[in-house]
Amino acid sequence: MRVPCLLVLCALAATVAGSDQHYRLAATQIAADTWLVRGSTAHFSMANGGNIANCAFIATGGGAVVIDTGPSARYGEALRTLVERTTGEPVVRVYNTHHHPDHFLGNQAFAGIPIYALPDTRRAMAEQAEDFSDNLYRLLGTWMKGTVPHLPTVDALPGESTVGGHRLELFAYRGHTAGDLVILDHATGTLFTGDLVFNHRAPTTPNADLAAWRSALQGLSGTPFARLVPGHGDVAEHGRAIAETADYLQWLAGRIDDAVSSGRSMAETLYLPIPRRFDAHDTLVEEYRRSVMHLFPGVEHAFFHAE
Amino acid sequence: MLTVVSRALNSGFIAVAITLLATPASGTQVDPLGSPQWEFMHRTMLDGAPYEFDGRVVVMTPASAEDAMNVPVSFRVEGLGPIERVVVFADLNPIHKVLVFHPHDARVALGFRVKIEQATPIRAAALTADGVWHVGGAWVDAAGGGCTSPGYTRAAGTWYETLGQVRHHRWPGADGGDAVERLRLQVMHPMDTGLAEGIPAFYLERLEVTDVTGKPYASLELFEPVSENPYFTLDINAGGRPLRLSGRDLNGNRVEAELD
Repeated sequence: MRVPCLLVLCALAATVAGSDQHYRLAATQIAADTWLVRGSTAHFSMANGGNIANCAFIATGGGAVVIDTGPSARYGEALRTLVERTTGEPVVRVYNTHHHPDHFLGNQAFAGIPIYALPDTRRAMAEQAEDFSDNLYRLLGTWMKGTVPHLPTVDALPGESTVGGHRLELFAYRGHTAGDLVILDHATGTLFTGDLVFNHRAPTTPNADLAAWRSALQGLSGTPFARLVPGHGDVAEHGRAIAETADYLQWLAGRIDDAVSSGRSMAETLYLPIPRRFDAHDTLVEEYRRSVMHLFPGVEHAFFHAE
Repeated sequence: MLTVVSRALNSGFIAVAITLLATPASGTQVDPLGSPQWEFMHRTMLDGAPYEFDGRVVVMTPASAEDAMNVPVSFRVEGLGPIERVVVFADLNPIHKVLVFHPHDARVALGFRVKIEQATPIRAAALTADGVWHVGGAWVDAAGGGCTSPGYTRAAGTWYETLGQVRHHRWPGADGGDAVERLRLQVMHPMDTGLAEGIPAFYLERLEVTDVTGKPYASLELFEPVSENPYFTLDINAGGRPLRLSGRDLNGNRVEAELD
């Protein structure tokens, strides 16, 4: 009697462990020929497998274009299957919007296909991809199984480029990172902003230059579009998400400046209250505290070394 | 509590005596941080003396470190009466002791940064006049490597250009009146742990804030885990008087600065 019971238990355990680690990706059509694969607005966790960023794809008629590839090899494979099944077209081109690991560690599944990124993004990836990958293995464990950073193969340059029936306009910004690629699809008016825009999700700042970021957002708010696909959060139909991201960044810069110039320690600054108007942002407290750790030392250094 | 006593019984009479001595009148002895190293920390950092985990010793750290070489920590002790000294340590660091703070005429509060090698509790233990340690702390998660990587100025080879430089700012009115002043200061020093390959230990081991007559306001014993080019945040009862910083590092280099 005992042996069969144990076998059943083992089988159950195996099923649970296995079924926990499949990305159940779904594509939502957001415009003609255009789909969003929306990530969670939480932080990396074993529960979400690192599926926290948005990916998108376009069926151009001349092959599918994929924008960002997710956090792991397994995600990339699931994404490629989803793209080809949904569009009925082979993937002919991939864009990485910037060098953060939740957006490009799925590249492996697109090996052999041209992968485009800004030159500054490619440089940053060459420096940091291994560290990013190690950290995601630490945070996500076996979700990352088999993942090896596969870097972009072609420079994305500002200007227009036509794929199938879609005229894509590329913009090179920086601020969230050293290179932030924005893509406007003139065929549908869809603006893919990468992580320059967060929608109801607190912005992340590990490589941020807040002044450059705010000036990038000014540039975006002068760009006509029908809908905006942010790096994190829901599709936005107007400029609210741009304005809210800019508002948060302006407040954050002022908060750090005030804390340093009024003599707060870095640890005290972590625990200062956050204005209620940002309550709609997911992961607000966690990201605010990470931002203090990213930004406080530079402002403090400038303050103490000013003379 | 039962577990503590029975484990002590197994290891003999001396351990039992220590455990009984350490039994406080109030508070708790169940480590709220669940650290596997607590008993060892109690023996080595607090000399096995009586202690209690005490919410009046508040340790502020991030739940997760973004930079393992610069983890911000502040502690504050309130409502415990005079404090002889505060010992700060990290249970799971390769070098546990971070610093000892002596608040001669200052609030029992300090801000600083530490290097950590992996996820660890960071604790502050405040010693009251009755010989009891009051222990507060928090866990910090980290990707790690903060103690075994060379510092930025060490890696860049520029540390000797700035060694011993002191910068400071003072903010009167930390208590809403004139008596307590916020003092922040930075001493340029590589604070080498000795655990990075080929780089021997080289760190500031003592700093003291006095007035010009030598009356001490606060002093610090420092150890390897304190971050490179460290900043310290203190609240001192100096009321605008001219202050002086003095100290030395492991190699006998002096630190001297007027804190006007």
